[in-house]
Amino acid sequence: MQKNNIFSRKTLALPYAVFMILFVVIPLFLIVMYAFTDADGKFTFDNFRTFFSGGHNINTLMFSIFIGMANTALCLLLGYPAAYILAKKEMGFGKATVLLFVMPMWINFVLRTAATRDLLFAMGISGGEHPYFATMIGMVYNYLPFVILPLYTSMTKMNLSLIEASYDLGANKVQTFFKTVLPMTMPGIASAATMVFMPTMSSFVISDVMGERKISLIGNSIQLYFDQGLWNLGSLVALIMLIIMAFGALCADSEGESDARGGLW
Amino acid sequence: MANNVIIELKNVSKHFGQTYAVEDFNLYVKKGEFVTFLGPSGCGKTTTLRMIAGFELPTGGQILLNGEDISLLPPYKRPVNTVFQKYALFPHMDVYDNIAFGLKLKKIPDGEKTRKLTKEEIDKKVRKALKIVDLEEYENRDISTLSGGQQQRIAIARAIVNEPEILLLDEPLGALDLKMRKDMQLELKEMHKKLGITFIYVTHDQEEALTLSDTIVVMKDGMIQQIGTPEDIYNEPSNAFVANFIGESNIYSGTVTGDKKVRFINHVFDCVDEFPKNEKVDVVIRPEDVHITSADSGMAKGKIVSKIFKGIHYEYIMMVGRNELVIVDTRDLNVNETYGFDIEPDGIHIMKKELTSNIYNDAYIDKENRVVISECPFECDITSLVQGSIVDSEGYVVGPDGTRYDFTDADVRAEIGLKDIEILDDEEAGVVKGEIVSIIYKGDHYQLTIRTPEDEDFVLDTEYTYDENDLVGLNVRPQDIKLTLKGEAKKYAKK
Repeated sequence: MQKNNIFSRKTLALPYAVFMILFVVIPLFLIVMYAFTDADGKFTFDNFRTFFSGGHNINTLMFSIFIGMANTALCLLLGYPAAYILAKKEMGFGKATVLLFVMPMWINFVLRTAATRDLLFAMGISGGEHPYFATMIGMVYNYLPFVILPLYTSMTKMNLSLIEASYDLGANKVQTFFKTVLPMTMPGIASAATMVFMPTMSSFVISDVMGERKISLIGNSIQLYFDQGLWNLGSLVALIMLIIMAFGALCADSEGESDARGGLW
Repeated sequence: MANNVIIELKNVSKHFGQTYAVEDFNLYVKKGEFVTFLGPSGCGKTTTLRMIAGFELPTGGQILLNGEDISLLPPYKRPVNTVFQKYALFPHMDVYDNIAFGLKLKKIPDGEKTRKLTKEEIDKKVRKALKIVDLEEYENRDISTLSGGQQQRIAIARAIVNEPEILLLDEPLGALDLKMRKDMQLELKEMHKKLGITFIYVTHDQEEALTLSDTIVVMKDGMIQQIGTPEDIYNEPSNAFVANFIGESNIYSGTVTGDKKVRFINHVFDCVDEFPKNEKVDVVIRPEDVHITSADSGMAKGKIVSKIFKGIHYEYIMMVGRNELVIVDTRDLNVNETYGFDIEPDGIHIMKKELTSNIYNDAYIDKENRVVISECPFECDITSLVQGSIVDSEGYVVGPDGTRYDFTDADVRAEIGLKDIEILDDEEAGVVKGEIVSIIYKGDHYQLTIRTPEDEDFVLDTEYTYDENDLVGLNVRPQDIKLTLKGEAKKYAKK
């Protein structure tokens, strides 16, 4: 073994370690610390009390979870057939068509959302009058590519002889879909759900822009607290979200536990 | 048609775009038979099997199951089940659910109506199937924890549990190692005997086909070459391709010299097949049918030039004049020594030559008086179309009576002898280029089949060694292309 080799595993890992400590470990530590302290830096549970005693906060949390689930469900319902058609070779859609679906992601997110709002306004659906409807459209539009991509990947990876085997054993097209195609694309579904549910809950730009500030998600709460200089309360909300997300990721992981795991990660 | 025929394929064809995968396939299979489709890759064997399963629909012809046309029926309505090449077991189910998959969907008649199988009935059948494939304790195992051989058994169990009328097996042992393959072959044969189900098996392994089958269907280029029992196919191959594909063999060009007499490798031998005198034939001799004797006895003699120990016997190559003769013998003989040999008349298999020259029926003449074969223009002797003619300065053919002919676009039949095609290593140097698709060694020369991009075949004899899939160029001297005009020459006369 050579000593002091600059290309050894340890030295090569150093920049990443520094990065992780600076941008992941320390911020996490700060969030936890702020969540359990008051403005003077003293240890306290007051933040919890404030957050959970205000019915408004609980409502926002529940509403965010609901919006997250609704968006996930809508995106899956729209994205699954799209991915299925794209992945089918005989339909003749190539990677270029997939790119068309993904391309909106290349445009600046805020700009894209503002454009959607104006487009809906022109169509007579203004955020002021229909805040929920407009927000939902904005959410689905923004997160649809994140659903199509992992689903498309898991579908192209699907072993086609398994579908033939299903037909061969007496399953018709509908039965084959529910008994083989759907279970086999479950990793893709889990991956897609993770990528939509959690970011939806924490987003605030879409609800702000599309709902014309009439809709408040948990992401809006954090932003509001931080704007008001309430770092401790904001950190607490962030911590709660972090826990929910960790829980969600764990669920998705056990669902997607398979060698056929498809997805972006 | 006899009652015991379970499936019949009538003039079945399948083409993908312009290319034929299967052409005019005719076969009937008897109940309980073990039939094998055998051939090199791309011969159409798997496509035929997939048409029987319903994954591909034939573009022509009929598939009759018990007399009923099932050609266009979807796979889930056919009483056949398939064992796939790579098993195709469902990874999201355990062993038990994989096997029960078909049973859970099945509806059985119950009085006037139909009903699904009960849990107990399914359970009983799954356990029985597991017992047949010898994996009784495995029902709750995950598919990914099973070895290749075990997965194969589960795939078989999943198919046979549905009690299909025909079991289709698509190279099921291809992914297993040699030892396991041999064991599974015997087990499959046992299973076939026990179950009494008709098996249709696809393989490219001739030994496997000979071991397992009641009937072998040898295929090449989408066409059936021979149908017969393993003994028939081995002992009486119908053409040089079959002889070359099944087992080791010596193949020579020969000529029938008289009543049951054939001449090849410069000697006349007695044979059992009757052919007209002077007929050009292919002669096939299996290495084990040649008996080595002392140098001065025996029908002919030759010098042993190579010796390879093969375990139970030696494989010798003997030079008989310019021809190589492969012989197997258990005795330890000396290299570079001359021996005699005998071949029993029934060890000499004679087949009509499939092809004595290349014939192109849809050739035509272009503006420059060249003959176009497979979209490639060959220089030719255009004056051969009209006896005693010459070509004038304008390119018209002038007959002895002074009539001028314009043969542009005239349809002709072109014939080129096997020895008259020159093969060039540089594919661009020839008039036409193509890929070598088959090589048959004939003692002192090779017979190559070269396929052009237009799907036309050129067959030629050469002494030089080439490999399959080599790209080569081909040339033919003008005087070696024999042209025959289709229709009267008068038609092309200029007024």
